[in-house]
Amino acid sequence: MPVPVDDAAAGHAVANLLADYAACIDSDALEGWPDFFTDDCVYRITSAFNYARNLPIGIIHADSRRMLEDRVAALRKANIYEKQGYRHIISVPRIVLRKGAVVDAEAGFLVVRIMHDGVLDLFATGRYVDRIDFEAEKPRFAEKIVVLDSEKIDTLLAIPL
Amino acid sequence: MISVADARADAMWPDTGLTRVPYALYGDAAIYARERERVFMGPAWNYLALDCELPNPGDFKTTFVGDVPVIVVRDADGAINAFENRCAHRGALVCLERFGNARALTCVYHAWSYDLKGKLKGVAFQNGVKGAGGMPPEFRREDHRLRPLKVESFAGLVFGSFDPKTPPILDYLGPEIAPRVRRVLPRKVKVLGYFTQVLRNNWKLYIENVKDSYHASILHLFFTTFRLNRLSQSGGIVVDASGGHHISYSKVEPQSADGDYEAAALRADNAAFGLKDPSLLSGRDEFDDGITVQILTVFPTLVLQQIQNCLAVRQILPKGLDRTEIVWTYYGFEDDDAALAGMRLKQSNMVGPAGYISMEDGAVGAFVQRALPGAGADSSVVMMGGAGAESQPTRATETSVRGFWKAYRGLMGL
Repeated sequence: MPVPVDDAAAGHAVANLLADYAACIDSDALEGWPDFFTDDCVYRITSAFNYARNLPIGIIHADSRRMLEDRVAALRKANIYEKQGYRHIISVPRIVLRKGAVVDAEAGFLVVRIMHDGVLDLFATGRYVDRIDFEAEKPRFAEKIVVLDSEKIDTLLAIPL
Repeated sequence: MISVADARADAMWPDTGLTRVPYALYGDAAIYARERERVFMGPAWNYLALDCELPNPGDFKTTFVGDVPVIVVRDADGAINAFENRCAHRGALVCLERFGNARALTCVYHAWSYDLKGKLKGVAFQNGVKGAGGMPPEFRREDHRLRPLKVESFAGLVFGSFDPKTPPILDYLGPEIAPRVRRVLPRKVKVLGYFTQVLRNNWKLYIENVKDSYHASILHLFFTTFRLNRLSQSGGIVVDASGGHHISYSKVEPQSADGDYEAAALRADNAAFGLKDPSLLSGRDEFDDGITVQILTVFPTLVLQQIQNCLAVRQILPKGLDRTEIVWTYYGFEDDDAALAGMRLKQSNMVGPAGYISMEDGAVGAFVQRALPGAGADSSVVMMGGAGAESQPTRATETSVRGFWKAYRGLMGL
């Protein structure tokens, strides 16, 4: 994919990437989820409270795509949780910085959790703080920090955000 | 006065010692109120804060003892004080923020103002306005103050108790537990972050889960699924004399503890089943004793966790009959080197609300809570490892669960 030449092109490309990303998770195609990331990516879920204070701990803290593959394998084979799914609603992304083939962008998100018995909960809101690498044939997240507005997690977080 | 519900629970506890637990205890409003009075506000120490969260005079934090809101503050003399977060005038919350710094604690409602020792120092319009109104002459500021808690620090943990008769913290912890608290808090602590996990179950179901070593390898399949074997590990359960505190630990045998137990303690039998990136299993024997896991509880609701190098304080807060919050405070030490700091972050994948070996614990209490409506006078069965609450050299036991109920029944008079 060509490197975006201006903010409008970058915004369009990032919006498409985020739409594909949400569709992957929401359709339970998690095996494809790690492919949205570079080999040496950082993926972290934190809270706005921790993020604002530079407190480094994450609910999930991965520094390689292989760790994301392990996460999916664990969800499929090891971890026990009630069947559930997500519906992501992601805002129009804001382009923060373009530098060569790298674009920094932020987008707000809202995730509804759908339990197997039909119960719907507003599970998470927050923002994605993303660094996207356009060098390869398709754009990938070199860094995705999921900054949750609230630090309260209801019950458990199995499926990634 | 014993309410109808109290009397029912009294009568309901079967005559089988600690091996049965009435389900009525998890869903009864009268029991919940009695717990607040006799356990949380009774002769028990409740975790309030880490000393390092309040480094400077005026630093305060708001938290809870049970479900009772509390302020913890460091005063000008450097002492840490704690008060019920309830204005002596009309009962409003005095501090609203989670953390802050203040020279005085002032209620927003009518600006009654307290010093950092909880003494009432200012009453707005005490002398009225233009000679009219105001407090009557018999009103004395010294008759009103924020309700204090007794406060003690131990190994950087700040505890509070509403009951002046609570024994000193060192006596409360006892000779088996105190050194194991110090073990995971040997140096200057640095907070690495916070999360709160909301559980849809009664608080006691989570405490029982923490103390239940029986379920660990059955409910949590991460290690077995990926064939990550723990080689030559021993372990056991320590229950203190009161029953209320416990330690569950596992240990690599000394001959294989070589300071880097990645290879020795955890390895995949078969690469096909292993992790693609096993770096989260890399650990260091940072306390030089080969103990890779130590889960410690202090009655009623503090959990201190060491899972390899992932260290955390879990403060358990009841939020109603069927709602509980776990406040996770992850920590390391000021002098952590970069490698150790990195291990702590990576190993956090194993614990917490999304933890490989813990996420099930977020839901399993609710599985019990949701099954309760028809339980009536029935009781759960807690017979693994006998009928007592003594220390045992195995984790195939429910001895520390029975220990909790022993301490609980003593305070609750049940």
